[in-house]
Amino acid sequence: MPLHLICCAKQVPDPETPSASFRIDPTAKKVIPAPGIAPVISPFDEQAIEVALRIKDKQPDTKVTVISMGGASARDVVKHGLAMGADEGVLLEDPSFESVDAYQTAYVLSMAVKKLGAFDAIFCGRQAADFDQGQVAIGLAELLGVPALINGRSAELVNGNRVRFERVFPDGIGVFEANMPVLTSFSQEVGQPRYPTLRNIMAASRKETTTWHPADLSIDAAEFTPKTRLMDLYVPVYEGKCEIIEGETPAEAGEKLALKLREARII
Amino acid sequence: MAGEKGILIGGELPSSGGQPGITLELLGIGRKLADQLQEELSVLLVGDGVAEAEGQDLIAHGADKVYIVNNPALASYHPDTFAAATEQVLRDLKPSIFLMGRSEIGQDVAPMVGFRLKTGVAMDCLDLQIDPASKKLVMIRPVYGGNARAHFVCADGSTQIATVRPKTQDPAGRQEGRQGTVEARSVNLDASVKRSEWLEYQKWETGGGVMLGNAEIVVSGGRGIGSDTEYKAVIEKTAELLGGAAGASKACCDAGYAPPGNQVGLTGQRVSPKLYIAVAISGASQHIAGMGTSKNVVAINRDPDANIFQVSRYGIVADYRQVMPAFMAKCRELVGK
Repeated sequence: MPLHLICCAKQVPDPETPSASFRIDPTAKKVIPAPGIAPVISPFDEQAIEVALRIKDKQPDTKVTVISMGGASARDVVKHGLAMGADEGVLLEDPSFESVDAYQTAYVLSMAVKKLGAFDAIFCGRQAADFDQGQVAIGLAELLGVPALINGRSAELVNGNRVRFERVFPDGIGVFEANMPVLTSFSQEVGQPRYPTLRNIMAASRKETTTWHPADLSIDAAEFTPKTRLMDLYVPVYEGKCEIIEGETPAEAGEKLALKLREARII
Repeated sequence: MAGEKGILIGGELPSSGGQPGITLELLGIGRKLADQLQEELSVLLVGDGVAEAEGQDLIAHGADKVYIVNNPALASYHPDTFAAATEQVLRDLKPSIFLMGRSEIGQDVAPMVGFRLKTGVAMDCLDLQIDPASKKLVMIRPVYGGNARAHFVCADGSTQIATVRPKTQDPAGRQEGRQGTVEARSVNLDASVKRSEWLEYQKWETGGGVMLGNAEIVVSGGRGIGSDTEYKAVIEKTAELLGGAAGASKACCDAGYAPPGNQVGLTGQRVSPKLYIAVAISGASQHIAGMGTSKNVVAINRDPDANIFQVSRYGIVADYRQVMPAFMAKCRELVGK
C-alpha cells in the first residue's frame, strides 16, 4: 500500500507584519487585517508539509493530502500546499470554523481525518502563528488515539511501518520511534520549506480541492463547543521609558552602560 | 464548577528530566491564587524514588500538601507515562486549577490531559489572576507573536489548566516551620501506555556555555552584526564574559551569522532572562515575541527609531562596533574576568 500522509495547515495574519500595522478591534476581540498584507500559511505548518514532501521525494507513490480549516480564504493555504507538491487538498469551510478554540479545531480536524479514511502519519506545525497555543497537534492525536511526537526537525520511515523522529529540546535532540499511524509536529529547525515552482503552481491549479462543510463532517454540536473563552484581546502597552545613555564617544557610552548595569546589580 | 476544589501544581524534578526552578515559580504564583480563593495549594511530584524530603521542601516553599507518585515507569521523562500518571491523579483529586510550567514536559502533558479531561488549557501564560466575580482563573497569554495579549477563561464544569512561561514568576521563598502533609499515591501504568520509544538523546555542543532557555543573561545579535566572525567575536564573547548565552534574531540566523539553534523569537526560543542585550537588532515583532518578557532589555542600535528601544530600559544609539569593545572591556573589569 502506498503511504498516505496528511498535513494540517492554518491560515494566519502574516507574522512578519510590522508592529506599527498591527491593530485590534477590542470589541470584536479580533485582529483587524493590515491593509495590503495578505494572510499566509502558518510558518510551522509549511515546515510540516516540507517534511511530508521529503518522505514523498524518497517514495514517490506516497499520497500527501493537505487540509485547512477556516473561512473561504483558507483555500489559498490548501493551494499553497498543492503548489509545494501535495497531491490532494481538502478545505473545511464554515463561518463557524473561523473563531474556534484548540479543542474545537482538533475535533473538526479529527472528523475530517476519519472521513479521509486510512492514513499513516499526520503532519502539523508545532503551534500556529496567531494564537501560539501548541495544542491542536496533541489534541488531534488524542482524539484519533494515535501517538504524538511533537516539536520535531525531521521524520523518516524505518522498517516500512515505523517513524523515526527527532525532537528539538532546548539543549539537544531526542530521537523517538513509533509505529504508524502517528501524528508529528514540526518546528523551524526543519529548515527552509521548498518554494512552489512554476510547474507545481500550474499543476496545483488543475488539482481539485474538496470542500467539506459541517454537515459533510457529521459535526456533533455537543462536541463542537469551546473549552476556553476569549475575554479580552488588546495590544500591551510597554512602559516605553528607555533611558538613552550618551557619552562624548560611543565607547564612553558603552563604558557607562556597563557601570549602570553593575550599579543596578544586573551584572 | 462541579465541586472541583484546590490548586494543584504539576511539579518538575531535574532527576526525572524536569526543568529546574519551575516548581518554585509555580508555587510563587500558585500561593497568591490559593490565598485569594482561600483554597488548598498542593503539588504533584512524579518520578521513581522521590523522597519525602523533597515534598517537605516544597511545603517550606508554600505548598499545603504534596502528592508523591513513585513508579518505575516514571524514572525518566516520557510524555505518555507522565501524562497517564497526571491524568489519573487529576481524575482522583479533581482540583479546580491545575498549573504546569510551559516547559518541555508541560508542552506535552498539559494538552494531553486537557483533551482527555475535555477541559480548557491555556499555554504559555505570563500571568494568572482570579476574576473577583466568577472566581474563575483568568489566564493571560501573549498571542500574535507577542503583538497582543489575550485573557482566557475556561468553560464551566472542569479543572482549569494553564501552563506558565518559565522565568516569568517570582519563585516562592523558603519559610522554616511551615506545616503540611506529604502523601504517597499510586498509579497504574501498564506497558501499553507508552506508544513511542525514546531511543537516545544527543546533547548540543555548547562549548561548555550556558543554555539559552535557562540563561539569566542573553546577548543577542541582529542582521546588523554583519558577519559570523563578528558574531563570534562580539556576541558570543560578551555572553561568555557575562556568564550568559548567545542569542540571535531570525534575520541574523537566516544570514548565516549565527547557528539556527540560537534564534530567539516567534519561530525560535522564548527567553525571559534578567538581562537581555540586543545588539544591532531592530526589534521586529517576530523578535519581541521571544524576548519581550525579559526583566531588563538593553538595546544598542544605530537607528534611534528602532522598535527595540520601545521595550528597552537602557539604550545606546550608535554603531555597535564603536560601543561594544569598550563595553566588553568595562564588563571584564567589573566582573573580574
